[in-house]
Amino acid sequence: MLDYAWLMLLFPALGTLIIAFFGRRLGKGVISWLAPGTVLLSFAVAVSQFATLLGLPAEERHHEVVLWQWMTAGSFSVDLALLIDQLSVTMALVVTGVGFLIHVYSVGYMHDDPRYSRFFAYMNFFILMMLTLVLANNYLLLYVGWEGVGLASYLLIGFWFEKPSAADAGKKAFIVNRVGDFGLALAIMFIWSTVGSLRFADVFANADVLVAAGVIGTVTMLMLLAATGKSAQLPLYVWLPDAMEGPTPVSALIHAATMVTAGVYMTARSAALFDLAPTSAMWVAGIGAATALYAATIALAQTDLKRILAYSTISQLGYMFLAVGVGAYASGIFHLATHAFFKALLFLAAGSVMHALHGELNINKMGNLRAKLPTTYWTYLIGAAALAGIPLLSGFFSKDEILWYAWQKSPVLWAVGLVTAGLTAIYAFRSVFVPFWGQPRDQKLFHHAHESPPAMTVPLIVLAVGAVLAGYIGIPHLSLIEGWLEPVFHAGGAAAEGAKAAYPAAWVEWVLLAVSALVALAGAYFAYTAYVVKTSIPKQVRDSLGWFARLVENKYYVDELYDKVIVNPLRDLANWFAGTVDKAGLDGAVNGIAGIAGWLGGQARRLQTGLVGLYALSILFGAVALVAWLVIR
Amino acid sequence: MVPISYYLILSAILFTVGVVGVLIRRNVLIIFMSVEMMLNAVNLTFAALALHFLSLNGQIFVLMAMVVAAAEVAVGLAIVMTVVRHKDTTNIEDVNLLKG
Amino acid sequence: MTFPTLNFPVIAPQIVLVAAALIILLADLMVANKRILGWISLIAVIGALAAVFVCRSDSAAFPLALGGPSGPGTMALADGLGLFASAAVLIAAGLAILLAIERVGDFSRFEKPGSEKKQARSGDHPIAEAPGPQVTDRAGAYYALLLLATAGMTAMATASDLMTIFIALEIFSLALYILVGFNRRDLRSGEAALKYFLLGAFASGFFLYGIALIYAATGTTSLEAILHNIQPMSISLPFRPLLPVGMGLLLVGFGFKLALVPFHMWTPDAYQGAPTPVTAFMSVATKAAAFAALIRVLAAVASYDRPWLLALAALAVLTMTLGNLAALRQTSLKRMLAYSSIAHAGYLLIGLAAGNQLGVEGALYYLLAYTFMNLGAFAVLLAVQRRDENDVTGDRILGLAGRQPLLAALMAVLMFSLAGIPPLAGFFGKLYVFSGAVEAGLAWLAIVGVLNSALGAYYYLRVTILMFMAEPAESDQEISSGKVETLQPGWAVMTTVVLAVLGTIVLGLWQWPWTQTIAQAVSTLALR
Repeated sequence: MLDYAWLMLLFPALGTLIIAFFGRRLGKGVISWLAPGTVLLSFAVAVSQFATLLGLPAEERHHEVVLWQWMTAGSFSVDLALLIDQLSVTMALVVTGVGFLIHVYSVGYMHDDPRYSRFFAYMNFFILMMLTLVLANNYLLLYVGWEGVGLASYLLIGFWFEKPSAADAGKKAFIVNRVGDFGLALAIMFIWSTVGSLRFADVFANADVLVAAGVIGTVTMLMLLAATGKSAQLPLYVWLPDAMEGPTPVSALIHAATMVTAGVYMTARSAALFDLAPTSAMWVAGIGAATALYAATIALAQTDLKRILAYSTISQLGYMFLAVGVGAYASGIFHLATHAFFKALLFLAAGSVMHALHGELNINKMGNLRAKLPTTYWTYLIGAAALAGIPLLSGFFSKDEILWYAWQKSPVLWAVGLVTAGLTAIYAFRSVFVPFWGQPRDQKLFHHAHESPPAMTVPLIVLAVGAVLAGYIGIPHLSLIEGWLEPVFHAGGAAAEGAKAAYPAAWVEWVLLAVSALVALAGAYFAYTAYVVKTSIPKQVRDSLGWFARLVENKYYVDELYDKVIVNPLRDLANWFAGTVDKAGLDGAVNGIAGIAGWLGGQARRLQTGLVGLYALSILFGAVALVAWLVIR
Repeated sequence: MVPISYYLILSAILFTVGVVGVLIRRNVLIIFMSVEMMLNAVNLTFAALALHFLSLNGQIFVLMAMVVAAAEVAVGLAIVMTVVRHKDTTNIEDVNLLKG
Repeated sequence: MTFPTLNFPVIAPQIVLVAAALIILLADLMVANKRILGWISLIAVIGALAAVFVCRSDSAAFPLALGGPSGPGTMALADGLGLFASAAVLIAAGLAILLAIERVGDFSRFEKPGSEKKQARSGDHPIAEAPGPQVTDRAGAYYALLLLATAGMTAMATASDLMTIFIALEIFSLALYILVGFNRRDLRSGEAALKYFLLGAFASGFFLYGIALIYAATGTTSLEAILHNIQPMSISLPFRPLLPVGMGLLLVGFGFKLALVPFHMWTPDAYQGAPTPVTAFMSVATKAAAFAALIRVLAAVASYDRPWLLALAALAVLTMTLGNLAALRQTSLKRMLAYSSIAHAGYLLIGLAAGNQLGVEGALYYLLAYTFMNLGAFAVLLAVQRRDENDVTGDRILGLAGRQPLLAALMAVLMFSLAGIPPLAGFFGKLYVFSGAVEAGLAWLAIVGVLNSALGAYYYLRVTILMFMAEPAESDQEISSGKVETLQPGWAVMTTVVLAVLGTIVLGLWQWPWTQTIAQAVSTLALR
């Protein structure tokens, strides 16, 4: 059965091709069945793989499917092959499961869009690439998926390119991600030239070669750079809030549930490498914790519903990084899975609100929507509660586990995580109380509001059930998911044993559990008093904070800083090269180089009058420099 | 007997004169002649070296280089003619549509 | 004095090509339908390709010897490297001929000189096409020159003596000078040819002088004999110090043909002014031939020692960076691709600068990948270019996905490959050469390369944005309202694009046959 894993890729691949080339002839009716259908089939295959793995003993839950021999360079070769193990199947289940629901939702949401078929071609392509990423058995194929999802993401962010802001956001996402991708590409080259293989199994088995060569720190830090780009961590998170310009199902699927978690997945997959590079792992945890806190403060000050959720996603991804950074890989993946459910749910519910209010997203214009949109309200409430970490919902269990591991590593990380948890509860419930409770603030909008069609509400209900139940696979001390995933990360088992022995007493865990539950409830209560009972509190808080509040409201001015420091100078440099150097001549460049070149440049300007002469001078200049270097050497 | 290095230095000087000619002249035909001067300077080197090594190869190279130079003249003049047809000038500065 | 020996199989491809060129020149006088000439030349290229493979099946190298007192030296060597590069050149030539078959009339026809000159004086505008008895069609000359250029390039790829390299270089250069200026109706074409010619001859002077100095230093021009003579203690060489000077000047010549910064300045002008099929051909085939020869020369003369590699690394950095930066803000797509091909020469050079097995193998793989993707990209430009134009600006492809989805999708694949997005061939080319650099201890070079490819991705991306994420501007409304002729790329152009895209994908996904061939080709070289 495991040998048929490639079927998971085949269905969305066929879907992409058929919709891309025959989409217009097929019509909306066929596409609305075909596109979700291919993802459902992939989901079915994933379930069968999962069931097969369950039936095997733990040490045999690792299967590689070689599709074909891909490349050889000398003794080195890479196959196009898939890896089926606990981690990849878990990821595949999340991707196809959530992906299917979002496809169904999109059928309703995108119904009137003129580029309906193109949208679903991109969506199926995304599923294909995401599955490639998580099922790859080597870094190269992972990189293929990595670039592929980036491409799909950029195409979908800029899907409504008539809006300049959407086109800009797409470009921004692409460029920022390239910075991260460059890290991954370099990491792959280092691994290749050191270990001589890119297959996960080989690389992890020979990880000590990387240590011996002294590049393990470089490799893991480069991977971290890649992960911060793809998973929107400090300092490369800037593209994600803008990515909300894309259609809402895209935000839910790509920018909340799946693609942005790729960095977490890769870090967890490379556990064997990060275990050997404690400094890099500490950086991962530190960046995760910092991002979690930082993004949570920004989320508090946003008024755009989708942007609140975007910053919340960044913050939650920070939690996942914190988890994998402190070595709690299984907890990180667990939080990834529960987050996929509740965050997709929140985004889709936000999309439903948007649908009802004709695209309005400013929560200060909404109010009392629970009267008009009951299904949306209840599902959103469940999602927000899960996000806030209200006890007995999925977010509670997974977040608590992360905090528990953080405590063992460093109480400082734990404290940051706890403060973030409190902030999370406040902004999560703020985004519930302000739009859904109180009095309608804009009568016209309120009057026209209407509940969404079943194609949209049914996925909401299914995801809400998931958001409640997903946590129960990871209840402390009964944790199924940890036992399931753990063999992937600690194949030797020795490291895990060592870590277990050092665990503090059990009562500490229960106390911490209680503390985080209380913090979440307190945050929710504060939000209730501040945004429902006594609505003057936020203003008072803002006034008392003064400049800090302004800083937060303006997202710490990071976008402006990037424009000033990086984007503008680069553009000017390009202008200068295109304009000055090649048009007016090499004067500038020549002057920039000292000594003989400077003298030649001076002579050149006196002697030189025509363009061909200038070109010839450039050749001569190169010749002199080259010969001089080779003679002196 | 004149030492071989004299030949080599003379040809280096001739080559440099050719290079400078290409750099400072604006008339296409004179630039062209300067290029020919560079090639002939090299021919002098080859001929001198053929004598030095007592090898026929160097002299064969001179012949080959001369053939190449002749072919270049034919092609070059034809190209100059096409430009002159459009724009009645042999000043290289006047032919400047492509840039940037 | 021994008599030279001739091994015909080594020069079989050149014999086929030159013979075909002569036949075409004769046939040009007899046939009215010039398209037949195109087919003849295509058959000739396929025949030459077959000859290359026949040579390969005979495995052993065929020395083409020229006797002399300094010991017998081979003039040409049909080894793995030469045959591989020849195959790349011939593939490029075949695609370029196929590309031109329907469109060659756009730039090969012109009116009788007398009437042309009168109109040209009255204004600078190119003369509108006026079919009539006055029109001359020089399509035959076009094909013949293309074949001669191809013959020169394949000769350069297999040449194993500096003199043969020089002659081969001049053969294809002279043919290319004429081809660049082939469009007599457009002053830009003439200007491009003039600049290319003057600078090319200038660079040839350096190249020849380099050969002369190496001859002075080593007493021979045969690469094999040079490798032998420069070993310490072999023979006394009074002018030995001239060797680095000679090599530096030689590299100037190579740098010119490969469009390396700072020898690149002719490139954008020549590529933009030349008829598009010529640009497509010369941008890839020249590089294949010159790179093969450069690899050979470096293996013999420089023996891949450190100062050389650093010089190459510096050139690579300059070339990539300047090429990419200048490409960022071009309005003409042809010019943008010209700068982009400069940048790609820089990536290719990284493989040589690494100087190890992996790097050189990577460079050869990249060369083949680049042949397909760059030629394909220029072919797409030809497909969207109007008959009376010789340039393509951004608004010509605006919203192309709406009008010609297939063409736009193919172009997107080519752009992604050029940008280095996996799993396409362009990505693996970069991966190989950069990994080679890392392995050679030049990690900084790989970092610069990767940063540059990030920079490059931006302008390739812009093309896809224009095609997929924009509505056509008014120029398209003009087309729909019938003001200008509607563009339907002919089947030959489309076939070329499809073949190029197929090559890009196959090289990426099914690459072990290619990498094995390359590994064999490289194994005979003296690398680190």
